[in-house]
Amino acid sequence: MAGSAATEVLRAPLVVEFPFTRSLGPVQSAFLTGLRERVVLGVRTGDGRVLVPPVEYDPVTAEEIRELVEVAPAGTVTTWAWNPAPRRGQPLERPFAWVLVKLDGADTSLLHALDAPGPDAVHSGMRVRVRWAQDRTGAITDIACFEPDDGGEEAQPCGHSGEFEDAVTGIVAPARLDYTYSPGRAQSAYINALSARKTVGERCPDCRKVYVPPRGACPTCGVATEERVEVGPAGTVTTYCIVNIKAKNLDIEVPYVYAHIALDGAGLALHGRIGGIPYDQVRMGLRVEPVWSEGGRYPDHYRPTGEPDADYETYKELI
Amino acid sequence: MAPTGPGRDVAIVAFAQSDHRRRTDELSEVELLMPVLHQVLDATGLKTSDIGFTCSGSSDYLAGRAFSFTMALDGVGAWPPISESHVEMDGAWALYEAWVKILTGEADTALVYGYGKSSPGEVRDVLTRQLDPYYVAPLWPDSVSLAALQAQALIDAGDTDETALASIAGRSRAAATANSHAQVRGSRAQGEYVVRPLRTGDCPPIGDGAAAVILAAGDRARDLCARPAWIRGMDHRIEAHSLGVRDLTDSPSTRLAAERAGFFERPVDTAELHAPFTSQEVVLRKALRLGEDVSVNPSGGALAANPVMAAGLLRLGEAAARIHRGDSDRALAHATSGPCLQQNLVAVLEGES
Ligand SMILES: [Zn+2]
Repeated sequence: MAGSAATEVLRAPLVVEFPFTRSLGPVQSAFLTGLRERVVLGVRTGDGRVLVPPVEYDPVTAEEIRELVEVAPAGTVTTWAWNPAPRRGQPLERPFAWVLVKLDGADTSLLHALDAPGPDAVHSGMRVRVRWAQDRTGAITDIACFEPDDGGEEAQPCGHSGEFEDAVTGIVAPARLDYTYSPGRAQSAYINALSARKTVGERCPDCRKVYVPPRGACPTCGVATEERVEVGPAGTVTTYCIVNIKAKNLDIEVPYVYAHIALDGAGLALHGRIGGIPYDQVRMGLRVEPVWSEGGRYPDHYRPTGEPDADYETYKELI
Repeated sequence: MAPTGPGRDVAIVAFAQSDHRRRTDELSEVELLMPVLHQVLDATGLKTSDIGFTCSGSSDYLAGRAFSFTMALDGVGAWPPISESHVEMDGAWALYEAWVKILTGEADTALVYGYGKSSPGEVRDVLTRQLDPYYVAPLWPDSVSLAALQAQALIDAGDTDETALASIAGRSRAAATANSHAQVRGSRAQGEYVVRPLRTGDCPPIGDGAAAVILAAGDRARDLCARPAWIRGMDHRIEAHSLGVRDLTDSPSTRLAAERAGFFERPVDTAELHAPFTSQEVVLRKALRLGEDVSVNPSGGALAANPVMAAGLLRLGEAAARIHRGDSDRALAHATSGPCLQQNLVAVLEGES
């Protein structure tokens, strides 16, 4: 098969999700533990300013700073933005204002959400106070949000030292991003061909090498590859390794062999598992063919064809 | 060995960009990039094997994949191994690295590219992952929301108002009618609030795109280009990570970078500013003390096309292209990264008369 027939471009959801586990330094630990205990702490810089949220190094002089100072859980909005359509993960599910708040006793502002009925109820200079989360764990989200300060009962700072029993020393910050992945023209064609149990590469117009899987470009010549070429199905083991550690969630008995396989007609090797032969009998030059499992979208593994081994000279360029 | 040190002259000798589009599902990153690479190479007659150093800018978070830049390397003929580097940032910073490499005498020519596909993900969410992971990122404040906080601070300070912001949007998109690569061209309604006070028109389009330039030193540059855009100075500076520590109505890092790049020594006729939001142009004009006599973003700027990770490099390329064409004699190019203009790069480009 050759040519470059139009291909339906594939698309599929792709979720990248990771629970980042982060350790805290002494200042961050005190601040986040404080939030758990409904105490807001800042840190004093060399020139006497109080930073909230606190950092461990002076943003101007880069000097280490450690002197913790309790500030009030109420303050003044320095700027704001009305968010009519909250996004996933944001502090409130109904429309709210993002605010930078300078807490009383602080010289810098903290970013958070303000629960307000609408944009007309928000302005720079307005007084707000912390609304604490019901369940607090030692995280910035222990502040559920800010709310307009109606001048009710004032929680005044009482000079907390920043020393806590059972201090929080780390946070887990879950992150999740959603994508709709599309592999582009060349890889779509490759994947589409696999569904018909065919392996299709692309030939470089300059060096004539056939790349499989194709990525649409020749990494040697830096030019687009477009001419589709069917390769295989059989190929030659060019090199291999023996895997002795069982992978999590992988239903393959160890030891097994993982190999580079140069499919017939391909200009470079791809990789795959070798089965149907004891692991210690796999060798360079072994001739193999793909084995498809029922409904599989790619070869499950490769097994010996029974042909004589390939001569070293025929595949040495592909190792 | 070629002469080294600050005495060495380096120029942008070629620039190319893709058409910037809302989505490019049919193209992988290397497929998006390759035509642009071929255009700059063809413009200079260089082959990839002639290039002394290659440097690129892109982002794994945008691509949703680790080491995503390695795929794009196929487009520059990276095998056998070439002298190459990558910044997980806008291509403008890759250009800075390549410039330094040439100044040291390690290379005489460099190929620099930047590319980004914002279409597969939600770029407003993706950009939250560059924020402080302890105090800010867990709140997921998206890029429009953070820019809106800055815009409101400017309005409160009396530096701008919504009418003035709308006129920046209108001027940029009108200018983009002359730019066939731009994604959003011509008049467009300001629209509803995305995050107040920013409306749709105050925000950049979301899209995919790529850009590439070639740098060369001294006589090599003169051989490759009739009117090279000489880099007279370039510098980049960063401000405190925490938004609440910064004065959001000013950009001292831009001013300092401009000063170190020699910008204030003589007037420029053109400024390509990387201001994805209308309000950020207000901040940059103030920081750079730009007068009305300077042509700002004649390309349409990031309000007309904002391929993330290439939009800063586009500013350098557009400024250089104006010098190549003789439309400019001295131009400023600016690139930004991070929320609310956190990091800023300034280059001063000149043509020889
Ligand atoms: Zn080739």
